[in-house]
Amino acid sequence: MSVRVLLPNAFQKHTNGAKELQSSASNLPQLLDEIEVTFPALKTHLRDETGQVRRFINFYVNEEDIRFLGNEKYAFKDGDEVLVIPSIAGGCDSTPPFPALRMARRKTCSCCSYCGQEECTCY
Amino acid sequence: MALSYELCCRECGKRYENQPLSICDECFSPLEVRVDLDAAKKTVTRESIAQGPTNMWRYQALLPVPEDYVPQTPAGWTPLVKAPRLAERIGAKNLYIKNDAVCMPTLSFKDRVVAVALANAQRFGFDTVGCSSTGNLANSVAAQAARLGLKTYILVPADLEAAKILNTQVYGANLIRIDGNYDHVNRLSSQIADRFSWGFVNVNLRPYYAEGSKTVGFEIAEQLGWRLPDNVVVPMAGGSLITKIRKAFKELIALGLVEPKDVRFFGAQATGCSPIAKAVKTGADHIEPQKPSTIARSLAIGNPADGIYAAKAIRESGGWAEDVSDVEIVSAIQELAETEGIFTETAGGVTTAVTARLYAHGRIKPDELTVTCITGNGLKTTDVLAGAYEAEEPIRPRLTDFENYINEIKELNELVSGGIDVR
Repeated sequence: MSVRVLLPNAFQKHTNGAKELQSSASNLPQLLDEIEVTFPALKTHLRDETGQVRRFINFYVNEEDIRFLGNEKYAFKDGDEVLVIPSIAGGCDSTPPFPALRMARRKTCSCCSYCGQEECTCY
Repeated sequence: MALSYELCCRECGKRYENQPLSICDECFSPLEVRVDLDAAKKTVTRESIAQGPTNMWRYQALLPVPEDYVPQTPAGWTPLVKAPRLAERIGAKNLYIKNDAVCMPTLSFKDRVVAVALANAQRFGFDTVGCSSTGNLANSVAAQAARLGLKTYILVPADLEAAKILNTQVYGANLIRIDGNYDHVNRLSSQIADRFSWGFVNVNLRPYYAEGSKTVGFEIAEQLGWRLPDNVVVPMAGGSLITKIRKAFKELIALGLVEPKDVRFFGAQATGCSPIAKAVKTGADHIEPQKPSTIARSLAIGNPADGIYAAKAIRESGGWAEDVSDVEIVSAIQELAETEGIFTETAGGVTTAVTARLYAHGRIKPDELTVTCITGNGLKTTDVLAGAYEAEEPIRPRLTDFENYINEIKELNELVSGGIDVR
């Protein structure tokens, strides 16, 4: 069994320019493992510090969001085309996802680097 | 003098020079524009803004465009009107409407974001631009690209309202109907933007594009006499607008142009596509995607890109989100037109119906200064009112016929007000 996996441009810096791969994975967890074995440089970028796949990365099978198909439980079928696409957003976050980063910033300066306010909640 | 700005990853903080890029190559998270407000503090005052043009470019110094950019499209500076008659109907006493149903040139708030996106498309040297759209964005990109002489490819869901399709094609744009919903269209656009050297306003130009929404917030504050409202009610599709109005208020506070105030933000969605409202109501820290089924097609984004940011902004501000049915949406369109003379599209019906519910549920108090954002024009979605009004039989051009007609109407009204079923 084989599925074709298409990777976004944003990955290519860590895949030596490869835009796709053929995979024999039978589900999403196996596919993630295989991607990380094939492209070791991608591993630390694909997952956050807790080992979770970063929340802005979406997976689609053929036309469908994999979350509508059962997510990790979905069994890939021969010939499936898997798309990996990061979400594109442009709003303003309100809390930092990485507490350590926030603390590092706060050590040097108590005000928000973005809006300049000491008690700011925008960052 | 224009502001200095750059791209910055909102998750890992990596900075990038200005370029057509929307995803961090380290952590694959969204990029956004960071502006140097310290530099702006020295030059941006209420007076300097008042001396600018009567359109959104009066805030040019707070937008990510090149210093020497000469704006081509006078979008924005739409009316902020008091709405006493609607207020009376829904139990409000201090209600305002920000009316982007009359935003130029294509009658929706999208004219603001496109103006900023295309300024950057030109800066980056693109001769072809595009977008994925639920309609209003398509209209705006087509119109403004025509004015700038750019080639245009626009992708829309195949079931889009006829008026929105016509209002894109008339500008000479290449319109591609996609057999799928907006989320399918958006995904394909991401792939196209990876392959073709085009400026996709809501893909690779998105960080710049999104900043244009700030002008809604700047205008609300200035039109209220440089003060912030207590509450803002905003329709949510991708969720970007509500976060950018909040960002605008924060920037005005940081610049000392308004007194600090904790404005509460309220989000509005249609029940048939309400992933952000659901996240707010359940307290979830992630967005569960939905398959949209609503007449409010301009809000029908089942996997909203800024959803988690919008939900967070709402919760942290002490606000709330609500969703309303298609029947309520149509009623609210009629209610707004009958009370305030403003004909909005389905998205405005959503916002108006949600506003009414927020008062009814006591989430907004009557005396609080509340602004509800109308973002699109009813002329684009007349199909939802099909059958709502009967075509009257014509009368002969004679005064006696007219008098008879008036008498009949009066009798009918008396019968109706007397509670008798005339049918």
